[in-house]
Amino acid sequence: MNNRVQEMNEDLVMPGEVAAAPETVRNAGPAAPSPSVQMRTNGGLGAYMRKVRAITRKELQAEWRAKEVFSTMTIFGILAVLVFGMAFDLRVPKSDMVAPGVLWVVLLFAGVLGLNRSFGAEVDRGSLPALLLAPMDRSAIYFGKMIANLIFMLAMLALVLPTILIIFDVNMIKTWILVALLLGVLGYVAVGTLFAAMTASVRARESMLPILLLPLMVPIFVAGVALTAAVVDGRTLGDFWRWLGVLSAYDLIFVTIAFIVFDMIWQES
Amino acid sequence: MSELIEIRKVYKRYGRKSVLRGVNLSVGAGEVVVLLGANGAGKTTLLRTVSGLSKPDRGEIQLGGASFSTAGYELRRYIGLVSHTSLLYDNLSAPENLNFFARLYDMQAPAERIEWTLQAVDLWRRRRDLVRTYSRGMVQRLAIARAILHNPPVLLLDEPDTGLDQESAEMLHQLIRKLGADERAILLTTHNLERALAWADRVCLLVDGRIVFSEKTANLTGDELRRQYREAGRPA
Amino acid sequence: MSSVSTSQSRAGAQSKTGRSGVWDILILIINIAATIGMVALVWASLVYAKPATNLAGDEQLAQRIFYIHMGCNVGALIAFIVSLTGSVLYLITRNLRWDRMSQASIEIGIIIGLGTVITGSIWAKPTWNTFWTWDPRLTTATITVLVYVAYVLFRNGIDNRRTRALFGSIYALFAFLTIPLTYYSARWFRSIHPVVFSGDNADAQGGFAVGSTMMQTVAVGAIAFTLLFIALLIARWRQLSMEDQLFELREDLES
Repeated sequence: MNNRVQEMNEDLVMPGEVAAAPETVRNAGPAAPSPSVQMRTNGGLGAYMRKVRAITRKELQAEWRAKEVFSTMTIFGILAVLVFGMAFDLRVPKSDMVAPGVLWVVLLFAGVLGLNRSFGAEVDRGSLPALLLAPMDRSAIYFGKMIANLIFMLAMLALVLPTILIIFDVNMIKTWILVALLLGVLGYVAVGTLFAAMTASVRARESMLPILLLPLMVPIFVAGVALTAAVVDGRTLGDFWRWLGVLSAYDLIFVTIAFIVFDMIWQES
Repeated sequence: MSELIEIRKVYKRYGRKSVLRGVNLSVGAGEVVVLLGANGAGKTTLLRTVSGLSKPDRGEIQLGGASFSTAGYELRRYIGLVSHTSLLYDNLSAPENLNFFARLYDMQAPAERIEWTLQAVDLWRRRRDLVRTYSRGMVQRLAIARAILHNPPVLLLDEPDTGLDQESAEMLHQLIRKLGADERAILLTTHNLERALAWADRVCLLVDGRIVFSEKTANLTGDELRRQYREAGRPA
Repeated sequence: MSSVSTSQSRAGAQSKTGRSGVWDILILIINIAATIGMVALVWASLVYAKPATNLAGDEQLAQRIFYIHMGCNVGALIAFIVSLTGSVLYLITRNLRWDRMSQASIEIGIIIGLGTVITGSIWAKPTWNTFWTWDPRLTTATITVLVYVAYVLFRNGIDNRRTRALFGSIYALFAFLTIPLTYYSARWFRSIHPVVFSGDNADAQGGFAVGSTMMQTVAVGAIAFTLLFIALLIARWRQLSMEDQLFELREDLES
């Protein structure tokens, strides 16, 4: 037994070796012998990326059926834009003074709703162990979910930006604003997905996540608002490049650290 | 020689409660071992610990001579787990669920294997339906299909018979027999003493985090097992 | 918690009681030094430091809070650097003592940091004619205090001692790393903070000429708050480690 396991450890084709494929179980079942299982093992980066993609795909597929995350986030986002529009209508002389702030506030607050579901849904229906049992570095779960969250939030923005255009009459669908939104949302979901995983099994997770997350988002918020305002004011790249620097630095630092620490999260359970 | 599942002096506590207190157990290839015990005796914790979902505070767990600390995440390939929760996604169909897990386990060309597995648990006819439309018994069967999809040598089944009707339970019994005959180590828990006797090669009684009784079913009658079960439950 | 760690901490407790005499005297000396430091700081800032020559009236009087303000600032900064060290050490070694150090130092940092924010606001009123401005340092200090308050709340929501330590350490790491980014974004956003020790910021309002007695008082403030931090850190660190020991003993008794 030991020898065989050693072999298994070396080339890791074991499941096919250890057990001959089970025969059909019921009389009514298929008569053919079971197909053998072949696995790629230790496929390096390629295998890792395939798993990340599988998780992202699963998230999108499930979301497409349930429309649980995207719809809540988007409805909240549009509602928030309307409420801000009403609140500022009589008091603010020019709406482009507040529109950049509204965009980023809506983004941050609506995003929390989606991030909470990211691991919350797995914990609620008890499917998280299935992901944890998969033979892969658990950071694949992180990247898979992060990319899915990124896509959900960009999809939400695709509806919120036109809403702001209608309500505030400020067109923010401009190249550099979109670049800033991409970088900002990336930093947000990078930190947000990690904390969503940590708060998922903690008491009062729904309220804990925003408290943990929002104060860490100040650099993204400030940089995003400043850059958006600069573009709305018609200034050139030379005036706002440093904000792109802040956003990129934030993304780089926190994606790296989240990747390093993510595998630790379930070590103590 | 080490067996497929080797549990040596495993201790685990959650907060203030000691759940496992020095469990020793080994399950060999082709053996079906049933763990019996009252709720809270530590059955689920033991299975979670063997599967690597929980880390034991003390003691050692080896699967086929390798442990998680040395083999790393590749060791998880050895394990198929059926848990209290289905470990499935309600908004996906059965093949979509299995396809997702096939990808996580790096299976090449999984379509054939998925079809075979679904046939084996008699769900192929319902392959187009989402899991959320399934009955409890069907979900349980699919959960078993998920656990055996990647053909793991170690199967851990936590009360796999809950929610199954008589026919499904019989099917599960046949399936476990077949899987066990293929040189697998199967460790399962149940509350049903008759089933334990019928299904297992060996029955172990877990009381307060310790295995207090272990006997081959060949040497055991139903009355004897019931007597042991009652006595073990009684406070010393 | 494994009984291995229990026995380790018990051995630790025994060896600690073994040299408790020297240890207690050392703590006493630090406590006394911190007290003297704080008294000296109050005296120096109110009496010893000469009034700022280019300010007048309320502004001149209010400037004296600056010494406390600056001291708090130094204390809070040290506290959060120590907490970062503790968190990283915990993540590497998984020894709970570092988690306790990190927690103790964050709790003290919150209080001293709150001191920075409050003294800053009080100083801002006569100088900038408002309690609150979005001055980058005031903003950063306030956000930082809020982040660490979130840390304390987060920990309270986690039951498992080791999970609490792990998640707390990860959060403390993130919290510290955002501080410079928050500071620079707030600074580039707008700045009216008096840049006291270098005259290159033409926009700064409320700056003042610095004399030698004032520099000495600033130094006293920095030393006094450092001592205060160390004294409080040791007290809280010991308290937390006793709490953990008590908890483990109770567990052993019950199981």
